[in-house]
Amino acid sequence: MSDAKLLTPKTSIHTQSPRTKRRNAAETRFKVFGMIAISIGLLMLVALMGTILSKGIGAFQQSFITMEVELLEAKLDKKGNRNLSDIKKVTTFGYTPLIKNAFAKAVKDQGIETDLKTKDMAKMLSKSAAAQLRNVVIDNPQKIGQTIKFRFLANSRIDGYLKGRVSRESIANDKNVSVAQLDFADQLLKAGVLKKTFNIDFIIGADASDQRPEAAGIGVAMMGSLFMMLVVLGLSLPIGVAASIYLEEFAPKNWITDVIEVNISNLAAVPSIVFGILGLAVFINYMHLPQSAPLVGGLVLTLMTLPTIIISTRASLKSVPPSIRDAALGVGASKMQSVFHHVLPLAAPGILTGTIIGLGQALGETAPLLLIGMIGFIASNMPTTIGEGLLSPNSAMPAQIYEWAKRADPAFYERAWGGIIILLVFLVSMNTLAVILRRRFERRW
Amino acid sequence: MFDAPTIGSTVELQDSKITASGVHVFYGDTHAIKDVNVNIAAKTVTAFIGPSGCGKSTFLRCLNRMNDTIDTCRVEGNIHLDGEDIYDRRVDPVQLRAKVGMVFQKPNPFPKSIYDNVAYGARIHGLARNKSELDAIVEKALRRAALWGEVKDRLGAPGTGLSGGQQQRLCIARAVATEPEVLLMDEPCSALDPIATAQVEELIDDLRTRFSVVIVTHSMQQAARVSQKTAFFHLGHLVEFGDTPTIFTNPSDERTESYITGRIG
Ligand SMILES: Nc1ncnc2c1ncn2[C@@H]1O[C@H](COP(=O)(O)OP(=O)(O)OP(=O)(O)O)[C@@H](O)[C@H]1O
Ligand SMILES: [Mg+2]
Repeated sequence: MSDAKLLTPKTSIHTQSPRTKRRNAAETRFKVFGMIAISIGLLMLVALMGTILSKGIGAFQQSFITMEVELLEAKLDKKGNRNLSDIKKVTTFGYTPLIKNAFAKAVKDQGIETDLKTKDMAKMLSKSAAAQLRNVVIDNPQKIGQTIKFRFLANSRIDGYLKGRVSRESIANDKNVSVAQLDFADQLLKAGVLKKTFNIDFIIGADASDQRPEAAGIGVAMMGSLFMMLVVLGLSLPIGVAASIYLEEFAPKNWITDVIEVNISNLAAVPSIVFGILGLAVFINYMHLPQSAPLVGGLVLTLMTLPTIIISTRASLKSVPPSIRDAALGVGASKMQSVFHHVLPLAAPGILTGTIIGLGQALGETAPLLLIGMIGFIASNMPTTIGEGLLSPNSAMPAQIYEWAKRADPAFYERAWGGIIILLVFLVSMNTLAVILRRRFERRW
Repeated sequence: MFDAPTIGSTVELQDSKITASGVHVFYGDTHAIKDVNVNIAAKTVTAFIGPSGCGKSTFLRCLNRMNDTIDTCRVEGNIHLDGEDIYDRRVDPVQLRAKVGMVFQKPNPFPKSIYDNVAYGARIHGLARNKSELDAIVEKALRRAALWGEVKDRLGAPGTGLSGGQQQRLCIARAVATEPEVLLMDEPCSALDPIATAQVEELIDDLRTRFSVVIVTHSMQQAARVSQKTAFFHLGHLVEFGDTPTIFTNPSDERTESYITGRIG
């Protein structure tokens, strides 16, 4: 033994041997590659977020023209008895003169010098301006005869001018707006009549027709998505969890369960549009459920989400150590008691995470909605009851975004980006919730 | 070692609680237990000894049908508890396991509080009518498992937060809380220090007044100290089975003699 000691050359641990050097170099190279990969990923993320935010943030602001409007009794209620059915007979055309008068008054009050005709001034407002005013009057007939302060939506060209999307050069061929109108807009801006402010209606409002991008909001589509998610959660969580528990804990392991298992994995990989066509064939053509209804959308998305939930639930059931099951069985618990008292609570964080991720996927899904008629539909009213929310035609957030992106007017394009921001906020909050729940319920064993 | 005191070895042995005859166990193609015949007497401690991998745990798990949970495992032969076949079609393994409790080789407390660990069996079997009865059951079980003093002030703390040895005693407490008729213990002391081991051995001796205890152990001294009957397993065979003093002082098979004197193992 002492001979062997003499034969090995004495090395110092203060100098690195060539082997150690090579090993360390390889490790350093690997670390650098890893950091490069992560930096590229982060850069992409920042670029993506930056683009979305810069393009979409404008949708949350809108230009408004605030003026004093005299609600002339002679125009709105000729009989003077405030009879609602008579007031309703006055169409939006009856309100246009009031708006022109309001402009004339504003010009006089603010001392603005302009050659623009009041007719052209009124055209700077949204096409829904008269209707907005009419709705207010119908809701408050007692205001007829008074002068009220009213905030009109400016049309999308004026709004675009304030947001930098529209300039004097770019409108050369645009017959919807003139240079004179832009000049007047500058004067109104200076006088404080025209203002760009936060627009809650984009978040809570309904979609609008092609002619009125400034009035379009995503709120009703959001309700559509919400009702779909309720259906998805209510169906896929219990069905998915029950199926997984049965397959994982109770089902005998034979070729039938093997086939089922393979098929569930395959289902998870099926393109979502296939589920859409299945939904069209089964739920609409065969079962005659209403078209464009969130209930049908929810059913289709449930089919799509189930495999995800089953797979993640089974994975989290598998990760519970078998010794826990043995322990429960060993004190005389039944299979079901061992599963529900011990295994399921330990698997719960994983199940929750899987479910929320599945819901997130479903929330962002567009293709299957295409086939069941939830795209291109303009729902103008908020559902008032749960039944209505489930059954009356509606759209969904991603479908609404797709619809806006398709339209020609750049004002809609901006709204599409704004919609994406809202969708992302939902997804990020759901994922955050998943992380929080996992942290909270996670236990060591 | 052979003259180690054998507690109560003079106690008269009563008729058998469990009889096993012609038992074979297969894990898929592996033949793990080969033609084992053994009688486990009531109110007796029976020790299973033998080298690692010889099938002690496998045979023990046959006695309360824990092997049912292993898909590849197949049991042949007859095992009777109080004269009734435990592998009969009419037997509900859950009911059987309430009578034949088990402490596992590795401590496996539930990730719940110490109190809930011990109370669980009593709860699912409806042994306590109210909270104070349950408290009494928990305290008694913890005292028997020599753990009460260490945990009485933190019954709400998680059972998984205890040390390895404490966890094993918690598992023993959990098993005895349901008052089984037979208690199967798979190397219950492998993670315990000598003091805790002595306490558990005392507990085993105490349990013997009411139950049958089957204990798997790698410690010859322990087998000699606590058991009245000893079974020696080797490569899936039951080589020798008899009164503990006889096995340790005058084994009839040479493999037994080699093992207990430390030549095979
Ligand atoms: N779940 C299983 N699947 C397949 N083979 C198994 C399984 N459990 C045990 N075996 C095999 O059965 C034989 C007996 O194992 P067993 O666990 O009963 O041994 P043991 O005597 O308890 O050993 P130890 O003293 O190390 O605990 C071994 O050869 C082992 O490989
Ligand atoms: Mg073992």
